[in-house]
Amino acid sequence: MKKHILTVILSASLASVAQAAPTAFDFKDPKGVNAIQFSLDSMLEPIAGTAGGVAGTVTFDPAAPGATHGKIVIAAKSLVVPNATMNEHLVSPVWLDVATNPEIVFELVKLEGATTAGNVTSATATGKFTLKGVTKEIKVPVKLTYLADAFGKRINKPEVKGDLLVIRGEFTVNRGEYGIQPGKNEDKVNTEVKISLAIVGSAPKA
Amino acid sequence: MPPLKRLLLVSVLAVLAATASYWAAKGAHTGWSQNRVPVSKTDEVTGIVFTAYEDRFVPGIEVLGAGGLAATCLLVAAIFVRSKKLSSPNS
Repeated sequence: MKKHILTVILSASLASVAQAAPTAFDFKDPKGVNAIQFSLDSMLEPIAGTAGGVAGTVTFDPAAPGATHGKIVIAAKSLVVPNATMNEHLVSPVWLDVATNPEIVFELVKLEGATTAGNVTSATATGKFTLKGVTKEIKVPVKLTYLADAFGKRINKPEVKGDLLVIRGEFTVNRGEYGIQPGKNEDKVNTEVKISLAIVGSAPKA
Repeated sequence: MPPLKRLLLVSVLAVLAATASYWAAKGAHTGWSQNRVPVSKTDEVTGIVFTAYEDRFVPGIEVLGAGGLAATCLLVAAIFVRSKKLSSPNS
């Protein structure tokens, strides 16, 4: 009897440890939904576009969200704006120089002030943001939504097990500080670039 | 009025009307022309609102500007087309 109780307790403990284990979420989305959005004011209308080449991994544990770590990488050449000529200028050496600086990176250093309500964790992410080869530490208010067992439903294969992690955040950078036309064309194109992200990472279970 | 001048003035009106009609019919977009049009979509499971692009051309104000410039050139040409001088009865 004693042995049986011990086995049950041990099994329950192992199960809870397994559930609370940090999980690595891959942000290369099989459905191609992931993108960052950016916008900045300019003379005639705001320049708004997206960058869909999102990759990277974030390790998240719903039981310990403060321990979240990882890196999101954006392919700079995936930047798209609706006007083709403007798109050419954007990726050219004059602006982002994507040939020399092919990646835009956010590397999470720490997650502070994490509070969880239901499956949503709000926190401030401190990380190293690299744009056009310049790296600066920034703070981004983020929301992490943990969707347990939602992977299969999303890919229309309910039999496939796995979790999803959605990261939402918004921040502003000064383009001049990242070597993007510093001090130039400020009367035509605003220096502040608003960047927002809503991306999903997948962690299929074998 | 000389026939050439009349033709040029009619062309001015035609260019202006055609440009404005084309621009209006394609959405009357008051920004720059778009080679691809952003469309918002929502991922059902995650609730993520993302941007997809439709490959179609939407003329912007530079198309209107080009039409206006062409009409102005035609108008200037029309102004410089001389009317035939009436011959003086004393000459």
